[in-house]
Amino acid sequence: MTLTEKVLPAPPPFVHPEVKPFWEATAEGRLVLPKCLECDTLIWYPRPFCPNCASTRVEWIAASGRGSIYSFTVNRRGQADLAAYREAGVYVLAYVELEEGPRVMTNIVDCDPDSVRIGQQVEVVFHDTGQGTALPRFRPRGA
Amino acid sequence: MSIKGKAYIVGAFEHPDRVIPDRSVAQIHAENAAGVLRDAGLRLTDIDGLFIVGGGGMLPVSMADYLGLNNLRYLDGTAVGGSSPVYHIGHAAAAIAMGKCSVALVSLANRPRSEQAPRSAASTSPEASFELVYGTSTLGMYALAAQRHMYEFGTTSEQLAWVKVAASEHAQYNPRALLQKPVTVEDVLNSPMLSDPLHRLDCCVVTDGGGAVIVASPEVARQIKRPRVKIMGQAEAPKHTDNGHIELTYTGARWSGPRAFAEAGVSPGDIDYASIYDSFTITVVETLEDLGFCEKGKGGQFVADGGLRARGGRLPVNTDGGGLCNNHPGMGGMMKVLEGVRQVRGEAHPQVQVADCQLALVHGTGGSLGTRMASATLILGVEDA
Repeated sequence: MTLTEKVLPAPPPFVHPEVKPFWEATAEGRLVLPKCLECDTLIWYPRPFCPNCASTRVEWIAASGRGSIYSFTVNRRGQADLAAYREAGVYVLAYVELEEGPRVMTNIVDCDPDSVRIGQQVEVVFHDTGQGTALPRFRPRGA
Repeated sequence: MSIKGKAYIVGAFEHPDRVIPDRSVAQIHAENAAGVLRDAGLRLTDIDGLFIVGGGGMLPVSMADYLGLNNLRYLDGTAVGGSSPVYHIGHAAAAIAMGKCSVALVSLANRPRSEQAPRSAASTSPEASFELVYGTSTLGMYALAAQRHMYEFGTTSEQLAWVKVAASEHAQYNPRALLQKPVTVEDVLNSPMLSDPLHRLDCCVVTDGGGAVIVASPEVARQIKRPRVKIMGQAEAPKHTDNGHIELTYTGARWSGPRAFAEAGVSPGDIDYASIYDSFTITVVETLEDLGFCEKGKGGQFVADGGLRARGGRLPVNTDGGGLCNNHPGMGGMMKVLEGVRQVRGEAHPQVQVADCQLALVHGTGGSLGTRMASATLILGVEDA
């Protein structure tokens, strides 16, 4: 267990009713993505509306949980919108590009923040919020 | 159909204070209104359009009440963060061109230095559940953009620092600027790293304050004693995460810029002065590229070595010291407009006034380079531009 994992809070998200399937899956350790039933477009952030064809019919497909880092920043001075993060110490905020395509905002955990690089291969881990949901975060693959 | 020459900025006022612990946002708006009416030589009863951002409730109606405006025919409270006033001025010009109003008060007020708005985990905007919970911050979002710009184009921290250096050199001539001491590239690089790759001195200041302008019809403008500033063109564009395909290396200026230039009938090479939204140093670099002042990816080289200096720069930018040194009341777009107006009027500080300034460009950025933003580009000119 690294320093990052010990201190990084996992605040519960506000769960809008139409994205319950996403958050229920996280509680079971699964990452799912909405996919348009009309045109097969993958949708991110999750919502039952297709920005490609305006369909409101989606299915929830399993993502591989693998991706690579598109960009990142090491937050060093406790500046954060949520109070919970202001005492969290040094942590990594990042966009991970999933194998399926979408770039998702997340944290990179289980590693030295100074070792993080754009292009690095990562895999999903889930951090329990204690309220029936878990936050998908990512750690270096093969670490 | 165009707004070119259909409306003028006939009054301008920058709130003088940077820390306002003892008055509300509504009162700052009122002080803006008093100041801008004085500058234009107009009266409250002349105002028939209100365009306003900053404050709560049903803002335009609430402020119509507070200010005692009884002749309003047009209201707009478009709230798109720091770019709002640059949106409002375009909207006011369009309303005036259509005959919907003739004297529009445009005001911005905010006091983030004295009163921090709380943000809760239970924020119910649809995206918050997928962003806020990871420890986002305004700074962190812009840092993500800077990191990617460096990765794709080789932009360096030294180059970003030059944006701050130029702003600080300009700010030494602005007695109201929060930070008036010139800094060096080394000062920026030696300031604490807050969120890689952005240092403390890559960030704008946080102040209270605001400002206002009056946009009026050509008929009204002809009766004003102050130098007239012609609205040549304005365009706006949001940019968002594009269904999971966000690109962090460009801004909405890529779309608003060309349309504003087309409406004004001018090109980047014609611009004598530019106010470029400078929440962070990276904001300026990406925006200059997107507006066409240099090639995509070459913004770092463009700003380096004094590229933005009023004297001897490639393009004089933010000659009031900008958000990086002068003031940034959470939303800085009005300050950008005001220095553009000063330059076109020939009323900037003599040390930073651009000689024979015919055309000024103003660009506002609201929201975040790291997620979703609102961009607006405004082009101002002298009477015969």
